[in-house]
Formats: sequence, structure tokens, C-alpha cells
Amino acid sequence: MSAPTSTITAVTPEGPEVAAVPAKRRRLRFVANPKAATGLVVLAFFCLIAIIGPWVAPFDPSARSSDLIQAPSGKHWFGTTHLGQDIFSQVLVGTRGVMFVGLLAGLVATTLSILIGVSAGFLGGAADDSLSALSNVFLVIPALPLIIIVASTIPSAGDLMVALVIGLTSWAWGARVLRAQTLSLRRRDYVEAARATGESTWRIITFEIMPNLTAIIASGFVGTVIFAVMSEITLAFIGISTISEWNWGTILFWAQSQQALAQGAWWWFVPAGLAIAVLGTALSLINFGIDEFVSPRLRSSGHMRVKTKDGHSVRMRVGFTPVLSSKQAPVTPVVRRREEEVA
Amino acid sequence: MKFLLQRLTFYVFTAWAALTINFFIPRLIPGDPVTSLINKFQGQMSTDAINSLYVLFGLDKNASLWSQYVDYWGQVFRGDLGLSFTFFPTPVAEILRQSLPWTIALVGITTFASFMIGTSLGVLAGWRRGSIMDGLLPVTTFLSSIPYFWLGLLAITLLAGPDSFFPSSGGYEPGLVPSWNAEFIGSAVQHSLLPAVTILISSVSGWILTMRNMMVTVASEDYITVAHAKGLPERRVMVSYAARNALLPNVSGFALSLGFIVGGTLLVEIVFSYPGIGYNLFQAVGSKDYPLMQGVFLVITLSVLVANLLADVAYLLLDPRTRKEG
Repeated sequence: MSAPTSTITAVTPEGPEVAAVPAKRRRLRFVANPKAATGLVVLAFFCLIAIIGPWVAPFDPSARSSDLIQAPSGKHWFGTTHLGQDIFSQVLVGTRGVMFVGLLAGLVATTLSILIGVSAGFLGGAADDSLSALSNVFLVIPALPLIIIVASTIPSAGDLMVALVIGLTSWAWGARVLRAQTLSLRRRDYVEAARATGESTWRIITFEIMPNLTAIIASGFVGTVIFAVMSEITLAFIGISTISEWNWGTILFWAQSQQALAQGAWWWFVPAGLAIAVLGTALSLINFGIDEFVSPRLRSSGHMRVKTKDGHSVRMRVGFTPVLSSKQAPVTPVVRRREEEVA
Repeated sequence: MKFLLQRLTFYVFTAWAALTINFFIPRLIPGDPVTSLINKFQGQMSTDAINSLYVLFGLDKNASLWSQYVDYWGQVFRGDLGLSFTFFPTPVAEILRQSLPWTIALVGITTFASFMIGTSLGVLAGWRRGSIMDGLLPVTTFLSSIPYFWLGLLAITLLAGPDSFFPSSGGYEPGLVPSWNAEFIGSAVQHSLLPAVTILISSVSGWILTMRNMMVTVASEDYITVAHAKGLPERRVMVSYAARNALLPNVSGFALSLGFIVGGTLLVEIVFSYPGIGYNLFQAVGSKDYPLMQGVFLVITLSVLVANLLADVAYLLLDPRTRKEG
């Protein structure tokens, strides 16, 4: 978590110049994590396409042409549909809707989960009981069928509406995690100290508790974005949200309804699906980066196998202290002696 | 016992909440799609059927909200979920009764299998951290980021075809009549292989990951060090000490995420035109069949609640601490 940097600044007497160094290094460490870095780069790429996509698309995604169901070529990079529409343009233009819904739904859900989770954890008592019950109910009720029903009952479900429906139904997981963490922070010494100095509840929550929840909030946000993107594409795929707005799900919807499979038109659904998978992977990688940043134990990289001088190799492992015996060592390791006793 | 009672109360509460949400959704949304459907089938429906739809969708503007609510509950308890418009004039309850076994067989078995496989692989990956198993993680991440339905589409293109062993759609050979004979069961299994593999591939990685992370956390506990120091065999420490403790949060996570998983797997049924409730939902959405949609939501929610209860019983058996007080 990012909080320790601020305590260092407060404690060290050397002044801001020295204190600035650890803060900088810490921030870099997150980006230096190869998983997080890869994820961020890919995410930035998709954001860029979301912004410039409609301008750089070579064709109008809805424009028909005489090139019906054509395989990828120089003119149509991802091939064409049954109406001669350019699939490459559809993917480019569709990115904006996907990113917009994902980020907005993530934002709505994260805000809700902070409000509900942190107040439940901090207030305790009856407020906690009722808020936890509420989030558990939302957690157990299958979200996707609920979203499908709500979205299909709304007369015209545009991007904004879909994002709101997804955001309003998928906050429960984040709220649960935040509540648990707040509960463990609530009785820490520094919070008690803040309370003793007479700070208001809201100040304690925003300035003492929230900074320590940053990582959890971030990973909850990323997780919700993944879920929102998947849900939105699913809604478009089964034909609930308006098919006049392009997104990757709409492409798959047309591919499915026009029997792209039976016609062997693999290029119709492969690019959109791959784009979903790559975006999802990028977001998951960012989440792994956050997880590993918070709890370094989870890191998989690192030198795990150590060779001793006499050729034994020992695998280092958390929670297990290897006894490296070498002939030069004057003291025989404890483990050896016990083995002899047993024998 | 106290633990189980607590959970039971919670599930009853959730079931009530789900039914209430189901009651309010058609009433809060502007527009009235059901009346037009009723008008379309005017003359073909009995007065009873029209009445039950009036109760379910709150079309009777004269009744107070409370009396509508009471009527709604009475009707749900009688198992009357209205008539389906897609399969007119079959009642929704009848359609769901036919398709639920298919979904339970496909989604139930694959979800359970994927949990078991994923957890075992996660135990290995967490225990041998830094070995080849870690190289598996990016691959599984990628697989879990693929939407179920897209993987299904891909599987159909690559593996199914007119002369392939795998059928591309349906739950059994079109000519067969559902019954408990070898021919039908064989055909049903053959039809479910591809959807099952699709669900397995995309859902297994989540379990691998959570179990791995749990194992890594547990591996640094003192009792693991003690077990090593006692000279217990590696296998025993891994399975009986580390995995057993790491499993607990995974089981409760399994219970909580069932709602998410089931939602995703329903889509596989759509791609494969599998005769389960996911496919019903798809048909209902396509023809704006609101009674069927609501019925599907209700049945899915109740099934998830039952599955949750089962997971709680499993937790009870695994964790002696919950059994301590009588």
C-alpha cells in the first residue's frame, strides 16, 4: 500500500529532498512490474483507439459495399460482412463504446462500493449488518441475468443506460472486500489517535482510512471494468442493447445471426473476440501487478534455486528455511544430527 | 448448527429480495410491452391466463401496490409464472421444468469439475512457486479473459462440422425422444462434450489463480514450518497442512462467485443452442417474452441459492471451527 511514503516524509528530519526519493522509487516500482507495465501499455493503446478510432477508420462501419463476405485483404484488413461492411472499421469504431461503458460502469460501481463498503466497515453495528446483508444479497443474485432483464425492459438501452445498469448491479464484491479491510483498519493506533484528537468521522475516513485502501479500490475498479466490458459485449451479442451503436458485441451479434460460422467466415468474429480477450488480459495483468505490489509474496519471478558449493541445489521457498550443509562448515547442521539419531 | 441456521436465514432473505426485485422491475420501467402482447393473443388466452399476467406485471392499475404484492406472492407459491408468448400457450413453469435438468447437468457438473481441477492445479502452482507452473499463469489469464460464448463459437468452427464427431448444436439427436435409455444418454453426452469443454477451459483458470495465491499465503505460516521441521513427507505437508487450510477461503469464494459463473455459462447454451434455461432466456429476449424472462431469472436465482447452501454444508464439513458451538 502507498501510505508508508507519507509517514517517511513526516518522520525523517533531513527534509523534503531526501524524503522525495523513496516516494519516487515506490511509484516506479509499480510500473516496473512487468505484468503491470504490459497491462498499462495495452490499456493505453485501447484508450487511444477509443479516442481516435472513428477518425482513423478507413470506411464508415455501417456503409454497404459490393464486396460481400470477403476474406481479409489489403483493402479490407479484417474482411467484410454480408452487407459488404468493413469489419476493421467496425472494430475500430466499436472500441469507443466498449471503453466508455467499461470505464463508466467501473466508476459507478467503485463509487458505490466505497460508499457502502467503507461505511459498513467503519460504522459497525446495525448499519454494518444491514449494509453487509444488502451487498451479500447483490453478490448472490446472478448479476448477468439481472442485467439482461433490466436492460431488455428498458425501451432503448443505449451505451449510457447499459453502463448505469451494469454499474448499479456489480458493486457488491468491491463493497465486501472494502468492508473487511476497513474493519481491520478501524482499530489501528493511528486511527484511534486521530479520533482522540477530535477529528470528525468524515475526516478520519477520507484522510486516515481511504489512503490505505487505495490498492484495493484500484483492483476493485479494474475488476469491475473487466466484468462491465464482458457484460456489455454479452448484451450486444444477444441483441439487447441498441444495435445501431457499434461495439465488439454488435459485430459478434451480426456474425452469429448471419451464420458466419456456417459460411466459414472466421474473420467476422475472430478479430472482435481477440480484441476482447486482449483487453481483458491487459486489465487482469494490471490487477496482478496491484496484487503483487501489495503483497510481494505473490510474485512469481525471482531466483528460486540456489546451488551450494558442493553441488547440492536447494529450492528457496517461503516459510521454509533450508539448511545448507557444506564441508567447510565447522558446525554440523542440526537436521543432520537428528537424522543420525533416528538411524 | 447455528452456522447453518444463520446461512439458511440469509438465503431465505435473499430469495425474498430476489422475488421482490422481480416484482418491481416490470412496475418501475416505463412503457407497457405486455399489454400489446396480450392484445396480440387476444381470443386465444383464457381469462385465468390473462389474470395471472395482470398480477405478474402489475397491469391492474386499480389495485393498490400492497394487494398486487400479496397476489403476486400467492401466485408464485402456486408455481404459476404466467404463459410464455414464445411457446404459446405453454405455461412458463412447464418450459422451465423441461429445460432446468439440462442446465443443471451441464453447468452444475462443469462448474464443479472446473473448481476441483483448478483447485488441484492451484495447489501445485502455489506450492512449487517459481517453477514451470508459473509459466502457466499468463496462459490461463488469457483464457479466462475470453468470453465463454466466443470460445464456443471458435470451438464450433474448429471442431464441429457436418462430418465431425462433435455436433454443433442441440442437446440430443433430433430424432430421439428424451428417455432413460442408452441411446439417448449417449447422444446427450456427445452433444454436451463441446459446451462442457468450453466452460471448463475458460472457468478453470480463475480457480487456479485464487488457489495459488492462497497457497502462497498459507505456505509462510508457522504450522507449515513446524510440519517441515517435524520431518513430515513433502506431500503430506502440501496436502494435509497447506492445501487443507488454503481451501477454506476458496470454498467460500466458490459459493459467492457462483452467481457470476452461472451467468457466464448460460451464454454457452446460447451458442450451442443447448436446450437449457440459458437458451430459453435468449429466445425470450429475442421475442420480448417477459413472463419467460422473469421466470428464468427466478429459477436461476433460486438454483444459485441452493448451490450456495450446498457449498456452505461443504464448508461446515471442512472447517471444524464452525462446528464448535452446538
